[in-house]
Amino acid sequence: MTDVVSSPAGVLAKPARRDIGIKRRYAAERRFRAYGIAALSFGLLFLALLLWSVVSKGYTAFQQTMITVPVEFSEQVIDKDNERATDPQKLMTANYPIIARNAVAKALGVAESNTADLRAVNQMISNSVRSQLRDMVVANPQIIGTTQTVSLLAAGDIDSAWKGQINLDVSEDNRKVSDKQVGWMNQLAEAGALAKHFNGGIFFNGASSRPEAAGVGVALIGSFYMMLIVLVLSLPIGVAASIYLEEFAPKNRLTDLIEVNINNLAAVPSIVYGLLGLAVFVNFMGLPRSASLVGGLVLTLMTLPTIIIATRAALKAVPPSIRAAALGLGASKMQTIFHHVLPLAMPGILTGTIIGLAHALGETAPLLLIGMVAFVANYPTTPMDPSTALPVQIYMWANEAERAFVERTSGAIIILLLFLIVMNVGAILLRRRFERRW
Amino acid sequence: MNMMSEAAVEKALDKKMTDMSYKMIGNDVSVYYGEKRALFDVNLNVRENTVTALIGPSGCGKSTFLRTLNRMNDTIEGCRVTGKITLDNDDIYDKEIDVVELRARVGMVFQKPNPFPKSIYENIAYGPRIHGLARNKADMDQIVEASLQRAGLWTEVKDRLHEGGTGLSGGQQQRLCIARAVAVSPEVILMDEPCSALDPIATAKVEELIHELRANYTIVIVTHSMQQAARVSQRTAMFHLGQLVEENDTDKMFTNPDDQRTQDYIMGRFG
Repeated sequence: MTDVVSSPAGVLAKPARRDIGIKRRYAAERRFRAYGIAALSFGLLFLALLLWSVVSKGYTAFQQTMITVPVEFSEQVIDKDNERATDPQKLMTANYPIIARNAVAKALGVAESNTADLRAVNQMISNSVRSQLRDMVVANPQIIGTTQTVSLLAAGDIDSAWKGQINLDVSEDNRKVSDKQVGWMNQLAEAGALAKHFNGGIFFNGASSRPEAAGVGVALIGSFYMMLIVLVLSLPIGVAASIYLEEFAPKNRLTDLIEVNINNLAAVPSIVYGLLGLAVFVNFMGLPRSASLVGGLVLTLMTLPTIIIATRAALKAVPPSIRAAALGLGASKMQTIFHHVLPLAMPGILTGTIIGLAHALGETAPLLLIGMVAFVANYPTTPMDPSTALPVQIYMWANEAERAFVERTSGAIIILLLFLIVMNVGAILLRRRFERRW
Repeated sequence: MNMMSEAAVEKALDKKMTDMSYKMIGNDVSVYYGEKRALFDVNLNVRENTVTALIGPSGCGKSTFLRTLNRMNDTIEGCRVTGKITLDNDDIYDKEIDVVELRARVGMVFQKPNPFPKSIYENIAYGPRIHGLARNKADMDQIVEASLQRAGLWTEVKDRLHEGGTGLSGGQQQRLCIARAVAVSPEVILMDEPCSALDPIATAKVEELIHELRANYTIVIVTHSMQQAARVSQRTAMFHLGQLVEENDTDKMFTNPDDQRTQDYIMGRFG
């Protein structure tokens, strides 16, 4: 503020009323408000950009191109020698992709002798039809020999092409779908056989190298287990530690040191917690790698300082008059805390906990170190089983080359953001619901 | 005091006063906050069924002394009390004495009304509940009603017992706090400037209440208002700079005090 010096010469002449720069003061206030609004708009602009970019790229992930054709479950292909009664492996190992390929080829009118075209047709169907058709047959062997109308997953490249994500103007050699396949795609679409459907698979499927069959199912379960472990461990431990530190511990050098360290721990880079978890839980305690139990323990360590800081702040915010009232009535310290102070601090504690959990839900780096960055196709049944987590799944998909993984990456981000929004809204509602005035 | 006439009560109480039955006796009480000494060898006795007013300028130690009487100073970090304080001849700073039990016998009302952010009923019921004074719901209802009646609040709140205690007016809140203190059947009630946050009408009500409570309780009240001390108390103690200057009958204190400093303070020459 160097421009304040400009005091007029008439100051001494009129001692009753000095120039105190009212105009400048108001101008400064207006400027400050303008800065604030500018900063806010800037922030909102970037938030809008982020959301727009994620949603515009990701919303297509919730739709999936399917080819719906009559599929002939030919006994000739599945079980030529009629051995299925004696050999249970027969139905498991049959060549189901051939059935699907033949069905689509028939719908397109491709001759059975044209092997090159048949190969091209085969590329249009996802490899996951193998398990899809196998599951149908194993569940109901009666359908062998019949013809059923089945929605088959289109291959990821066809899916991308149909969604307009592949530029068809570039030369045929430089793209993954040939002109012939594009022609067939349009032919199937005109016949009503190829269309986009809601993609439930992205929520339920496990990892897959085929983008069309990949989903965050395993990651959701892994994240759920970890959140559960974090909540169950860090809330009671954190609240108990805070109550002791805030209400019971003597104020001395040692507790000061502990307080400083807790504040510092909250700022420790999360990857360090990952290393710690790797050394302690995996190497020393021998817990399995990639398990959500270990992930949950690591995230617990990471969340504890946040919860302790939030809880201590909430306990401090309870007016001393409430404590005095309870103590004056002859309540013991314990009764005072548990009957009066803790209930009043609860909204703050819960808010801090949910924000800590949301933070943990989005944490990636420590999970990479304990091996949760893994290809897990099967649902983990217990927290000891290998699994992944939502943010790690995003990280892995972001590294994939196929075009169809781009939309899935954004789709998974949308799912993660939805969870975070739900948790934060929950925190706000809890605070509103339990907030009390005194 | 329900059946007796006002005059009879006064007479009975005055007789009690002349019996010189001391409820609490403070002997050479000193209080230190860390290095700082806040009270210097105070010898002050509290008479049974009497209102004793503690007056003096700010920072003179009157609140500190009041808080030694139910050991509320224990909750302050670095606070140390020396000397001896007895309640019915029991040393309240003795290791044998349970501070929880002591505070049930010596209740306290604070400067700012501090009801719990719970219902009116819960505010009153909390004390009796933690001290096990009620065997069942009917007992508790009875205690709540009796306490509110003692505090002169029953008619005002009987229809909204389960509404929040913080929704009452300031004066009602303070009477609720008095009712809450009364509910655990204490023998002594300490009041730390109970009217300083109240308007004159609410103050008058609380003062009237103090007057009535005297029949059943021994009351020690800290006040900044000379008029209040003169109105509600029978004995007055004057503190200055952590020392007890003078303790006397209220009438005498305000007409013909023994100590010059008391005279000066009451006349408004300092403080």
